Formats: sequence, structure tokens, C-alpha cells
Amino acid sequence: MSILKIAFKELTGMFIDDGALALFSLLLVLGVGLAVKSGLIGPTVGAVLLCAGCLGILAESVTRVARRKFRR
Amino acid sequence: MTTITSITSTMTASFLGSFVEVVEAFTIILAVGVTQSWRPAFIGTGLALSVLAVLVLVFGPLLGLIPIDILQFGIGTLLILFGMRWLRKAILRAAGFIALHDEEKAFAAESDALARQSTERRADFLAGTAAFKAVLLEGIEVVFIVIATGARPGMLPYAAIGALVACIAVLVIGLAVHKPLSSVPENTLKFIVGLLLTGFGIFWVGEGIGTPWPGGDLSLPVLFGGLAAFSFIAVRWLRQYHNLHAEPVAR
Repeated sequence: MSILKIAFKELTGMFIDDGALALFSLLLVLGVGLAVKSGLIGPTVGAVLLCAGCLGILAESVTRVARRKFRR
Repeated sequence: MTTITSITSTMTASFLGSFVEVVEAFTIILAVGVTQSWRPAFIGTGLALSVLAVLVLVFGPLLGLIPIDILQFGIGTLLILFGMRWLRKAILRAAGFIALHDEEKAFAAESDALARQSTERRADFLAGTAAFKAVLLEGIEVVFIVIATGARPGMLPYAAIGALVACIAVLVIGLAVHKPLSSVPENTLKFIVGLLLTGFGIFWVGEGIGTPWPGGDLSLPVLFGGLAAFSFIAVRWLRQYHNLHAEPVAR
């Protein structure tokens, strides 16, 4: 049982380190995917949003770590 | 369409990603072999490779049943999560916010843990388990990297070759030096792998939603370049921020 637990933890750890980064990334990808599939935006706009969104999420994550380190 | 650009990017990403993972597994196997004995190290490694082979043989053919656009969207999403996690850590490491990964330290920690267990009756079992776990977990990451970077018809063999060459390279270098591969620029490699995997992730999700990438595969190097430029700026800004705030503490 503990081996399964460890395996599950390690597997999720492969993709999730910073929970907010993972959550925002998933929301971005799903949001863009749904918007394109529903015809709300074109695939090219979707790709541009995806690129910009990934950079924004990454910037937010590293900035958050930096600010937290020197808080107080 | 298979082009030189996609073959080169696939093989490079697969080779570098696998190289980093295999170096980490090698460190643990070496620690088990040197601290305990080579028998549990080889048994643990062999068992883990067998489990990996079974996993690939069972789940590999299932991937062929998934429509390519859904597969690319799904794998692209996982690659974005996987790659951004690496890139985030690499940026924070390069800027001095988290400690650099050190194989010598990892080797010392594993050897220390194994030495403490060496008096136990089941020391060989524990050492074999450590090798098994390391090879299985790093191996799963290698399998994921191969599948993810080769997620396009005809590209999987190239990704597999990249990973195989990485395994052979680590094995040959490791057997030659017979110590942890600490001189390998692991943090720089992780930075590059983070860039490549995130770039592939964005590209695959784009393909999955039907984006007509300008220039086709030539968009990949552009994506890598954009991510590299962003990361470079982020590291510079974070270093300045770090130095600005760290100075009063140092006095």
C-alpha cells in the first residue's frame, strides 16, 4: 500500500510542484481548447494566448517565490 | 510531415531530458553498489527495467488507438505542466533562490542512508529497493519524455534513439569515471530541457487545437527562442531583486 502511495506521489510530483502554476496552466490549456473548439476564437489566436499565458503564469510563479523569500 | 527541424528537436529534447534522468538514477545505483554491494544494485535495476518494459508493452499500443489531435492535446498539456515545472526551478536556481542540484550531495545522502541500514538483516533488500525505486521512477520520466517528444507520426523512433543514446552515454561515462557524474552541468541541462519540453508542450497543444503554425516545424525553434529570451530576462530580473534584498541581511 505504501509503495502505491509513494508511486502516486512521485507520479503527481512529475507534473505538479507549484500547485498554483499547475492549476493556472491547466485552466489556460482547457480554456483555450474550449474557446477554439466552440469557435469563440481562431486556432492562431488560441496559440498566441497559450504562449502568452504560459509566460505570464511562469512569471507569476517565480515572482511569487521571490517576494515570499524576502517578506518580513 | 517529418523534417530535419522536428527530428533534431525531438532527438535533442529526448536525449537531454533522458540524460538528466539517467544521471540521477545512476547516482543511486552507484551509491547502492559502493555502499552495500553490486548484487542488490543490479537486481533492483533489472527488476525496475523489467517493470518498465511491461508498462511500455502494455500501454504503448493503447496510445495508437487515440486520435492524433486528442493525443497531442493531452500530451501537450502534460508536457506544459512537466516542462514549466523544470523551467520554473531552473530559473529560480539560476537566480539563486533555490540551491543548485548536486549529484555529489545526492550520492552522499543516499550512501549515508544505506550505511545506516547496513547492519540490518534485510540490508540487501533495502538497498535493492532503493535501486529499484530510483530506476523505476526516473525510468517512467524517461518513458514519458520519449512518448511526449515523439508524439507525432513517425517521430517516436527518433525520440527513442535519443533516450537510448543518453542511457548508453551515462553508462559509458559512469563506468569510466566510477563516481557520481557531478561534473555534468546538470542545472544547465535542466534549464535547456525545461525550455525544450515547454516549447514542445505549447506546440503539441497548438497542433491539437488545429493551429496552422507559421512555417510548420520551424515554429519550434522560434518557440524555444522565445522561451529562452523570457527565461534570460526573468533570471536577470530575479538576480537583481535577490541582490537588492539580500544585501541588508548580509551586513
